[in-house]
Amino acid sequence: MERRHIELPLTEELARTLHAGDQVLLTGTIYTSRDAGHKRMCETLAKGEALPFDPADATIYYVGPTPAKPGQVIGSAGPTTSGRMDAYAPTLMSVGARGMIGKGARLPEVVEAMKQYSGVYFGAIGGAGALLARCIKKAELIAYEDLGAEALRKLYVEDMPLVVVIDCEGNNLYEAGRAEYLRTHKKACNSVDCV
Amino acid sequence: MREIPVSRLTETIERLCIEANEHLPGDVQCALRDCRACEDGEIAKGVLDDIIENFEIADAGQVPICQDTGMACVFLEIGQDVHLTGGDLTEAVNEGVRRGYANGYLRKSVVKDPVRRQNTGDNTPAMLYTEIVPGETVRITVGPKGFGSENMSMIRMFKPSAGLQGIKDFILEVVETAGPNPCPPMVVGVGIGGTFDKCALLAKKALMRPLDVRNPDPFYADLETELLEKINTLGIGPQGFGGRTTAIGLNIETMPTHIAGMPCAVNISCHVTRHKMEVL
Repeated sequence: MERRHIELPLTEELARTLHAGDQVLLTGTIYTSRDAGHKRMCETLAKGEALPFDPADATIYYVGPTPAKPGQVIGSAGPTTSGRMDAYAPTLMSVGARGMIGKGARLPEVVEAMKQYSGVYFGAIGGAGALLARCIKKAELIAYEDLGAEALRKLYVEDMPLVVVIDCEGNNLYEAGRAEYLRTHKKACNSVDCV
Repeated sequence: MREIPVSRLTETIERLCIEANEHLPGDVQCALRDCRACEDGEIAKGVLDDIIENFEIADAGQVPICQDTGMACVFLEIGQDVHLTGGDLTEAVNEGVRRGYANGYLRKSVVKDPVRRQNTGDNTPAMLYTEIVPGETVRITVGPKGFGSENMSMIRMFKPSAGLQGIKDFILEVVETAGPNPCPPMVVGVGIGGTFDKCALLAKKALMRPLDVRNPDPFYADLETELLEKINTLGIGPQGFGGRTTAIGLNIETMPTHIAGMPCAVNISCHVTRHKMEVL
């Protein structure tokens, strides 16, 4: 299947052209955050203060990379389980953040917020941190340094391979992809060559 | 009585932490390649190609296979004729983990307190299991365990009347509930028997066994094969995008249990199921 090149920022117009199951190569600036960073960003917003980056049309990558070795931009950098950010994601979408990159299921309230704010949930391959690190051309620590691996980083990525898992209409590849497989494979492969 | 200085354990564990995180075991590589050959969906094939390319990049470039370099599970089988000298054993193990995670540029993913959540900064303490066995060697296994999959694990205390069917249904239920979260294709470690605590440990030990080695008891060997086949008809597939390969392996470990009970623990792991062993 052809992988479509897309360039950030993720505007509403661009978001509306992406559909669950699309394989894309993403280029542009993204921000990293996971559990502790999300908690802190939402506390900041609750106090009426500004986030460390402009959230308008921004894409957040749920990742806590390994430390870069000398000469490397970043260490291994695959996605973490997105469900742990479900409590915070609607708040961030409400201030303009539109793209999320992670892996794993999302709660219905996140999907509802995605429909309301034209959000897109991309899946990166969990456990492919060495492969994904190759797409990260620049990494800059911008806030929350005390959180270590969970600090907020600004990344520039080129041709990052992703799959649209949930689109802004709420279509979900986890449901559709599995249903399609089961529909077309009533009897699974049981040959001796297969594990 | 053979004397082994604990500093040798420190050095070995440092090295095993790094090697386990950079080089995927051959049996896991093999299982992933075999499963790639069995997929026909475009997305599923693409995901497995990327997963294979990923462990090749890690293997050649000495970067961690996955950014979740895990909690360091350390198993020591200590021969009863060995005298460990020169310091505190637990501290020697933790020092090995500390050095491995610092010198290997591995992620420090451990918090000091489960509720208050401050990072220990050096990935200690190790999750240390010691066992006294016959002989005069020390067998060290380091298995870094990521938590995307650990979080999807479960244990259930069955009534014996639930029987084999109860256990089969439970294992499938755990995999089904895990869905796309634990980075499928998964490896499934099952413990059956013992007490509540021993049962969970059996499930963890099951993950340390190579995927191409079946349980020596033919009854459980057949059960391993049957359950893996069933799991691979669920359709969850690589990364949960739909496909055949939901799991690349399933190992069962068992032990005697009480007349009133039949505990079953399912420890989920991902396609980056890492372990490295050495004998001193």
